[in-house]
Amino acid sequence: MFDQIYTLLSHNDIFTPETLIHYWHGFVTTVQLVFLCLALGLAFSIPLALMRASRNMWISGPIWVYTYVFRGTPLLVQLYIIYYGSAQIPGIQHTFLWDFLRSPFYPALIAFTLNTVAYQTEIIRGAIVATPHGEIEAARAYGMSWAKYTWRIVLPSALRRGLQAYSNEVIFMLHASAIASAVTIIDLTGAAYDIYAKFYAPFDAFLFVAAIYLIVSFSIIYGFKRLERRLLAHLRPVGS
Amino acid sequence: MKKILIALSCALAVLTSAVHAKDWKTVRIAYDVPYKPFEWKDPNGQFTGFEPDLARAVCKEIHAKCEFIVQSWDGIIPGLLARKYDAIMSSMSITPERAKKVLFSKPYYNTPSAWFTRDGVNINPADKAEMKGKIVGVQRGTTQDTYVTQNLADVVQIKRYTTADDLVLDLQGQRTDIVLLDYPVGQQTLLKKGGFHVVGKPVKLGEGVGVAFRKHDKDLAEKFNKALDKLKNDGTYDKIMKKYFDYSIKM
Repeated sequence: MFDQIYTLLSHNDIFTPETLIHYWHGFVTTVQLVFLCLALGLAFSIPLALMRASRNMWISGPIWVYTYVFRGTPLLVQLYIIYYGSAQIPGIQHTFLWDFLRSPFYPALIAFTLNTVAYQTEIIRGAIVATPHGEIEAARAYGMSWAKYTWRIVLPSALRRGLQAYSNEVIFMLHASAIASAVTIIDLTGAAYDIYAKFYAPFDAFLFVAAIYLIVSFSIIYGFKRLERRLLAHLRPVGS
Repeated sequence: MKKILIALSCALAVLTSAVHAKDWKTVRIAYDVPYKPFEWKDPNGQFTGFEPDLARAVCKEIHAKCEFIVQSWDGIIPGLLARKYDAIMSSMSITPERAKKVLFSKPYYNTPSAWFTRDGVNINPADKAEMKGKIVGVQRGTTQDTYVTQNLADVVQIKRYTTADDLVLDLQGQRTDIVLLDYPVGQQTLLKKGGFHVVGKPVKLGEGVGVAFRKHDKDLAEKFNKALDKLKNDGTYDKIMKKYFDYSIKM
């Protein structure tokens, strides 16, 4: 089996072991980038969603402006502003910030995180607002404080309600990460670009990378289906 | 009988298209602009530069009408193969990998490549110890990319850019330490802008620049070769070259 694969590879012009290693490095970069920005995104978006759901204009207003701006502009434009724009600020090369901004990875991570936080905030906020009023009234009747009923009642049910929309956002983020290659990151798409430019074989290079994205997407979808079965078990018909 | 008929009609179709292809009344030529001083669009949208001028002279020689088409570098060979145009005259260096996909004319110029860096930085690119750990910028898929990848990949970090503009921005923004660029391009973009200088010795890379055609358009390539030979000998080539360069790129 292994020998067969090896002979197949050694007879192939494009998919040589070196090329596959290049793809592998790209895959690792993509997974790192997407995972980190989603983890950071979740951490920031829950408190922001609570603020966004507040009835106080001074609390929800600024968050609304932020989500409006970042959902209303293309991610590529945000990435260009943060990557190429940051290098144009006079004197930034001599500050500690430059340690992060010099490599393309952190500017991309910042842009992706800011973008995904905006979307995730709106998803979670929607789920929070949809909490049945009776549940909150009942919680209040038991004498729970805002913090207590938010933690015990609102968030657990809101996060469950937001799960399906959230899984879409994860898939979108994976696909959006392809634009990281525009700022010289060698992610999966960047690796495909390199191989395309080296062999002038657009079909081979991009079809292969499309297949990898497809596999990753389906793995994520499968994972969320399992999670939904567990977390939304109370919504399933009895006996299924 | 039916099979023979089909075979005959196919053969006829091939023959007629071959006859049609030999009739080069118009030639569509692709450029990746701007790439000063080889090709760019002047404020009126006219193609200007060494290569469009040379192409006009060639077309006059072979009694064909030239049509110029803009195509970005990344897709320039696929576009040729997809028949979006008939030739590429956009400073394409002749390489074995490219020769697998396209048919090259004889080379019509060759320029040196040079190392550029910011003022205040001094690196000797020939010294591997000094280059260790440096970040080198190149344009993806160029001969400079191949050279750096083959010779320095073990000591330096290579950053590949799609456009020269992004490459210049990142050298200026101190994200790269040194770049390897075609000398005329570096002269036009970096040296003219100021704040940059050449380090080390220029390197001569590759077999020169040729016009690229589809593999089966041998007749068109032959016409171009003959016309280019004539222009090189009758002084037209020199006249066009002197308009844009103060050094010789003839070959």
